[in-house]
Amino acid sequence: MAAIEILGLTKTYQVGFWRKRPKCALKPLNLSVEEGEIFGFLGPNGAGKTTTLKLLMGLVYPSAGSARILGTEINDPRMKSQIGFLPEQPYFYDYLTAAELLEYYAQLSGVVAKDRKRQVNEVLARVGLPDVSGMQLRKFSKGMLQRVGIAQAILHNPRLLFFDEPMSGLDPIGRREVRDLMEELKHAGKTVFFSTHILSDAEALCDRVAIIHQGELRGVGAVADLTSSVEGKVEVVWHGNSVPANVKALSPTCSVTGDTVRAVVPEASQDALIDALRRERLRIVSVTPIRTSLEEYFVQKLKPSGAAAGVRA
Amino acid sequence: MSSRIRHIASNTFREAVRDRVLYNLIAFAVLMCGASILVGQISIGIERLVVINLGLTAISLFGMVIAIFIGIGLVSKEIEKRTLYTVLSRPVQRWEFIVGKFFGLAGTLVVNTFFMAIGVFLALLYVSQRFQAADGWVLVALYFIVLQFLIITSLALFFSSFSSPLLSAVFAFSLFVIGSFAEDLRGFAAMAQGATRWLATGAAYLVPNFASLNVISSVAHGQGIAGMLILSETAYAMVYAAMALCGAVLIFERRNLK
Repeated sequence: MAAIEILGLTKTYQVGFWRKRPKCALKPLNLSVEEGEIFGFLGPNGAGKTTTLKLLMGLVYPSAGSARILGTEINDPRMKSQIGFLPEQPYFYDYLTAAELLEYYAQLSGVVAKDRKRQVNEVLARVGLPDVSGMQLRKFSKGMLQRVGIAQAILHNPRLLFFDEPMSGLDPIGRREVRDLMEELKHAGKTVFFSTHILSDAEALCDRVAIIHQGELRGVGAVADLTSSVEGKVEVVWHGNSVPANVKALSPTCSVTGDTVRAVVPEASQDALIDALRRERLRIVSVTPIRTSLEEYFVQKLKPSGAAAGVRA
Repeated sequence: MSSRIRHIASNTFREAVRDRVLYNLIAFAVLMCGASILVGQISIGIERLVVINLGLTAISLFGMVIAIFIGIGLVSKEIEKRTLYTVLSRPVQRWEFIVGKFFGLAGTLVVNTFFMAIGVFLALLYVSQRFQAADGWVLVALYFIVLQFLIITSLALFFSSFSSPLLSAVFAFSLFVIGSFAEDLRGFAAMAQGATRWLATGAAYLVPNFASLNVISSVAHGQGIAGMLILSETAYAMVYAAMALCGAVLIFERRNLK
């Protein structure tokens, strides 16, 4: 069963004070996330990631389309005991201590009274905050609040987790810990759907990713499949201290270092470049394929439709 | 009451206590102590009347200010600070959130009124040296004040569900002032003609009738309150508060939390 099924989910806001005009925050979105996967929802700021998450959480209502979470319509409140949600830059009731806040959320999530204290302590230890459970949240740093946010999301042992920018505000060690936590959740059979614009996190963690830009889904699939769809590049290095004209025509950006020249060209131009170098009687040192990163795919997908036309689908 | 409403209510109460809302009790205690000592020295035979009038009016005004200034932020502050996101992403329905908030603030006001009432009775004991049978009617006046709090809390929540805190405060305070003169508005409507009569009558019945819930003067003069009036005013306040709450729920249910 799909953990998340999104069918044509659309959101249009009316903006302006006197003369209202529609502003499309999310174009019809179709997406399916399987149970047990870590799914990355990628896009630049303002792409529609948070809008999608808010729609799924029932915080804003769709203009069209529908979605099902764990087989239940998103407007069914019973489904919400099965999910955990970390909003972007979370803010909590700062007059409460971390333990009081989590106990309150445990009450709202329907955790039985006898288990609450134990679960609160366990989850605080899991996010690395066991010693500050009695401290008021107004004294917490941004990174500590992010950890509390993660704690409240996993507190009631949900099957499906939604994290909106979970690494935001964390130092490198904190980011590493969150990545480890997400891996642990996956091994425990949970589904994790997280939005981010930090591509290295997505590349390291995700089974599949989707890329959204200007409210429109630009691509979805496993990281390896997506990156293999981008035209590959090769690095060619040869001996010499200048670039002949016919070589420059094939590779306009060559870098000369001492007595070697380096050029990066598309795979399609590789043979032509090698032939040109041979005609010039230049000695080739190496020809190395360059691994395509998610970042390159991401950048390609963010280009306007015309510019991206050269990319193989 | 569902357990979720109870938890939201108790958290709202805890927020008020931690935000030092009950510190107003100190100001009230100082006011009552000073007034009692002063009244004991300058008035002859009307000490009780002055203490009851002053004490109950102060309770009413302190409570109204708390109800309006906390009530207007109950929803809008949660949206603005985004604390609502982690509540509504749980199995909490929007109407439960509104009702829980209402009961939380109402509970705060009841506790606040309870402690202030102790202050009034201590002041009465100080100036009269003993309690009188008529002092029991002070409890009825206090009950009517609590009914006023329920109405103004529900109205503050209603405005908070769709407008900014500043506008909500203006609306709620305006209704409090107009409602305090509701009987005069009804008298004006009865004398007016044509469209003005319709408009004035509509407005007179739409605004909460705080005037009929104000029995401070009667109680201060030792007059009793009819049981029928207590029943009818209770029903009026409950229905009015319930309608305002329903309005708040209807608006909030449809609202996009951007």
